[in-house]
Amino acid sequence: MDDRVILRIGSKILTPFIMVFAFYVQFHGDYGPGGGFQAGVILASAFILYALVYGLANVLRVLPPSVPYVCGALGVMIFAGTGFLALALGENFLGYNVLGPDPASGQHYGILMIEAGVITTVFGVMVGLFYAFAGRRKS
Amino acid sequence: MITVVDIVLLVLLGVTAIAVVRIRNLFAATMLMGIYSLLSAGLFVTMDAMDVAFTEAAVGAGVSTILMLGTLALVGSEEAKPKHRPILPLFVTLVVGGILIYGSLDMPTFGAADNPVHQHVAPYYLEESYDDTHIPNIVTVVLGSYRGFDTMGEAAVVFTALVGVLLLLARGGQNGHRSVDMRPGSLGRDAIRRAGGASPARKKKEADHG
Repeated sequence: MDDRVILRIGSKILTPFIMVFAFYVQFHGDYGPGGGFQAGVILASAFILYALVYGLANVLRVLPPSVPYVCGALGVMIFAGTGFLALALGENFLGYNVLGPDPASGQHYGILMIEAGVITTVFGVMVGLFYAFAGRRKS
Repeated sequence: MITVVDIVLLVLLGVTAIAVVRIRNLFAATMLMGIYSLLSAGLFVTMDAMDVAFTEAAVGAGVSTILMLGTLALVGSEEAKPKHRPILPLFVTLVVGGILIYGSLDMPTFGAADNPVHQHVAPYYLEESYDDTHIPNIVTVVLGSYRGFDTMGEAAVVFTALVGVLLLLARGGQNGHRSVDMRPGSLGRDAIRRAGGASPARKKKEADHG
C-alpha cells in the first residue's frame, strides 16, 4: 500500500481520533447512546484500520497477540469481580447500592466498573478475532 | 416524513438482500452485507433505538465486514456453482416465511402504548430509573444495573466466541502468528488482490516484477 498516499495519511490522522471517540462513547454511555460494547468495537477498529493499511506486523509491535487474548478474559473477570465485590460488601451479586456513599452513586460507580469490564472484553475479542483471521495464510 | 424514510430504507434493504443472494462474487456480497447492516442501523434510528443502531453500525457494518474480508483472503472470492436446484430451499423458505407472517397478524399493533410489553417492567424503568441511579440513559441503566446479570452473560458469550475461534483457527499459538506476511500493507493488499480488486498500478507493478 506504499503508493496510496491518501489512504496512508488519512488513516494515520484518523487513528487517534477514533480512539478518543471510543472513550467518549464509553464514558458518555450514561448520558446518551453508547456504552462498553460500542466503545470496545470502535477502539478495536482503530487498531484494525491501522493493521489494514500499515500491515499486521506494525500493530503486533504495539499490541502483541497475548494482549487482546488477556483483555478478553480480564474484562469478564472485572465484570464478575464487581459482582463479587458487591457480594463481599453485603449486597446481592451485582447489587451496586453498597459501592458508593449512597445507593444512587453506588449504582453509578457499579455501572462504570462493569462498563470498563465490557469495553475490555469487547476490545480484546474484536482484535483477537481479527488476529486469528488475519494471521492465517491461505493453505 | 418518517414513513417515506422507512419505505425508502425498507426497499433498499430488500434490494440489497436480493442482491446478496443473487451475486456470485463474494467480495461484492460482503460489501453489500455491510450496506445491509448500515441500512438496518438507519431503520433502528427511525425507531428511536439509538443504542441498537450504534451497535449495528459498529459491529455489523464495520468489524464483521472486516472479518468476512479476512476470510475471503483465505478462501477466495468466487462462489462455487450450487450443485442442486434451489426449488426445495425456496419452497421451505416461502412456507416458513408465510407461517411467520401469518403468526404476526395476531400480534398487537407495533408501538402501541397499551401493548403487553409496555405494561410489565418498562413503566417502572421509565419512572424510577433516574431516582435509583441518577443516570439519564435508561438503556444503560437497564443493561448495566437492572439486567446486569444478563449483560455479564453477554460479555461471557463474546469471550466464548473468541475462545471458539482460537480453538478452530490458531494452530500452535505463537507459531501461527509467525507465519504471517509481515511486510507493511501485505494484509490489505492480499485481501484486495485475492478478491480481484487490485488497482491497475498494482497489477502493472506485479506484472513487472513477475
